[in-house]
Amino acid sequence: MRPEGINFALVGVGGQGTILASDVLAELGLRLGFDVKKAEVHGMSQRGGSVTSHLRWGAQVFSPIIPRGEADVLIAFEKLEAARFIDILKPGGLALVNDYAIKPLSVQTTGVPYPGDEILRERLAQVTPHAYWVKGIEIAEGLGNARAANMVLLGALSGLLDLDESQWNAVLEQRVPARFLDLNRQAFHAGREAVAAAV
Amino acid sequence: MKRLLSGNEAVARAAWEAGVKVGSGYPGTPSTEILEAFAPYPDVYAEWAPNEKVGLDVAVGAAYAGRRAFATMKHVGLNVASDAFFAVAMTGIEAGLVVISADDPSMHSSQNEQDNRQFAKFARIPCLDPADSQDAHDLTLAAFDLSEQFDTPVLLRLTTRVCHTSSPVELGEQRQQRPEPGKYPRNLTKYCMIPANARKRHPAIEARTAEIAAFAESFAGNRVEWRSSDLGIITGGVAYNYAREVFPEASVLKLGMVYPLPRKLISDFASRVQKLIVLEELDPFIEDQIRLMGIALYRPEEIMAEPPYPVTKQIFPIAGELDPAVVRQSGRQAGLLPASENDGLALSTAGLPIRPPVLCPGCPHRSSFYVLHKLGVPVNGDIGCYTLGMVQPLDALHTVGCMGASVGVAHGAAVAGDKERHVAVIGDSTFFHSAIPALINVAYNRSNVITIIMDNRVTGMTGHQDNPGTGRTLQHKETRAIEIEPLVRALGFDKVATVPAYAVTAIEKTLKEWMKSDEPAVLITREECALLPSARNRWLPLEVVSDKCNGCTLCFRVGCPAILQSEQLDPKTNRPLALIDPLLCTGCEICAQVCPRDAILFRNQVQGKTTLQEATS
Repeated sequence: MRPEGINFALVGVGGQGTILASDVLAELGLRLGFDVKKAEVHGMSQRGGSVTSHLRWGAQVFSPIIPRGEADVLIAFEKLEAARFIDILKPGGLALVNDYAIKPLSVQTTGVPYPGDEILRERLAQVTPHAYWVKGIEIAEGLGNARAANMVLLGALSGLLDLDESQWNAVLEQRVPARFLDLNRQAFHAGREAVAAAV
Repeated sequence: MKRLLSGNEAVARAAWEAGVKVGSGYPGTPSTEILEAFAPYPDVYAEWAPNEKVGLDVAVGAAYAGRRAFATMKHVGLNVASDAFFAVAMTGIEAGLVVISADDPSMHSSQNEQDNRQFAKFARIPCLDPADSQDAHDLTLAAFDLSEQFDTPVLLRLTTRVCHTSSPVELGEQRQQRPEPGKYPRNLTKYCMIPANARKRHPAIEARTAEIAAFAESFAGNRVEWRSSDLGIITGGVAYNYAREVFPEASVLKLGMVYPLPRKLISDFASRVQKLIVLEELDPFIEDQIRLMGIALYRPEEIMAEPPYPVTKQIFPIAGELDPAVVRQSGRQAGLLPASENDGLALSTAGLPIRPPVLCPGCPHRSSFYVLHKLGVPVNGDIGCYTLGMVQPLDALHTVGCMGASVGVAHGAAVAGDKERHVAVIGDSTFFHSAIPALINVAYNRSNVITIIMDNRVTGMTGHQDNPGTGRTLQHKETRAIEIEPLVRALGFDKVATVPAYAVTAIEKTLKEWMKSDEPAVLITREECALLPSARNRWLPLEVVSDKCNGCTLCFRVGCPAILQSEQLDPKTNRPLALIDPLLCTGCEICAQVCPRDAILFRNQVQGKTTLQEATS
């Protein structure tokens, strides 16, 4: 099945591989015959700040930015960032959340605590009942490298969207450096498995 | 062949296709990747210049020599290069010259959101303003032709959303063969702008602008898309996308050239639509020109009682970038769109901890700011990653304005008689960019400013570009690195020292010693950026010995994202113990030096432990 278009919002913390993940999705969109726009902001500081990337597939895409409430899919590489940006998702959209916390410095400097899972889940539930939590870091660590968590998430996404796996494989080969390809393939597959029960 | 390219990559590709020989510039978000993408193409010369003015002078020099050339910079870079910009507007060129300015509406990574289309009008230089990557590619090609056709530099004005959005681009297959350049020109009346010559050139420049305006009537980059005649939108740049997305039925006049404007094309468009609006980001730049033509814009009576200026900026915001949500909401308020009950669910983020940019784990700037915070002196800062020294808990930087300003601003406070000792803080690349004249001023006029040059061996914030201190060029040639310390001594400083940037005690001791005297001084803190590949190879996460930690919080004051509060509380103080995130920690040891209880293991202790574990397992 080929949807008319999909708006993806990717959020995370600088250094988590958000940009590589959005690159993969952009190439995939092109392969599937969509017009594609991928917007990212290279802000100050490379690591530790909030990062977002907008990716749109459609027959003809104009705006590079996805307005609030118009993303079909939110992929969050960190769970506080999922809660922060959840309202970019359209009501009932698909939220894919890496079940992993990176505590921001402000927890220490301002005393505002890192929210518990209950609060985070409740906030997501205000927008959508379709939130999937994946232990991306844990799964990737099990494969030998926590940095492959972004591929675990993409694998999970591929399962949830039910898009042809061979197209994904071709893009991974194109975008991932050869020496990391095996690890990334395994991570992708593990992510797909992780949500298989949910689909 | 279609390829997914960012706007910056599309410009670089088009420059190569246009037969450009020379590209120069200075890194600056969102422009940086243009030169980086251009440099690997065959048969081109690309370089990082120490600053934008030098970069533009270089491009001008190449264009005088009959080779196509461009200079790249972020919007504020054109302030630095503006002297060269105005000068070349007067002389014209021998081969195509394009000045590329990447503006940053919403200031994602900038200190202001100046609209550099204004520079075009100011200097009488035509300005092209693309909407996406394909447009950026096509208008770059057009810019070089336009430059040669009218003997003028051309301003290619980009914005963040064009630079950093990737979309499919139909590429040209080949590089244009440019005509063999002739002998270097000896045309004094054109290229020597002494007053007598300049007085003759000025009327020629005004005439040239009128000719370009006439050309703009049929310029392919200016196009009318006829749809409904109820609403007509005149737009340029990235705003074109929002016009199409939010008002799909409207007729659109898309201006690829936003200065000078085609009067007939515009008045014809205006006469054939019921309501006419201008949709543009930032300044009412197109609107101003259109209203001076005597063309009326749509004015919703309900929100505008008095004849307002600027009209369209009463509808759409003048500050910040546009997006479909902003344009839609503004359109509704102005009666251009039907009211809607559903504007999406907005959730407040109050109660969630914020995550602003911070100095990265392992950042070699951190130790200096830790010390400066302790000393409590006023610190005049500069433009670079180290601007983040202002963030809590480091809280050790009190002014930031523009490139190279730290030293001059500190000197100004000192000579004005401010009672406190001022410290200026600047990075290596910014030092080369514009601090050298300011340091000459401090040394020559003898103020007591202490300058810290934070030499992290690379241009950091824009993503690791080489600079005159690295010993490598943009095209990966080895070259002679400039040593900062001897250069600073040559400027007239006697008190100069270089210390390793992670050495907290050495930094503190040196600064305290210097503060006893009233002389100018320069401290160079040297350590490569922790994100450079060579530094990554040395990453080694440190560990907290929880038996020794009593939750004193001193290590939290270094402001490192890798140091966390653990769930475990000290039994006596009931304060959370420190915990180090092994995925983030690089092993810089700043926290270990600061810890009064030796509760954070140093690298050799961690390594010793690992070796022991390996031996026993």
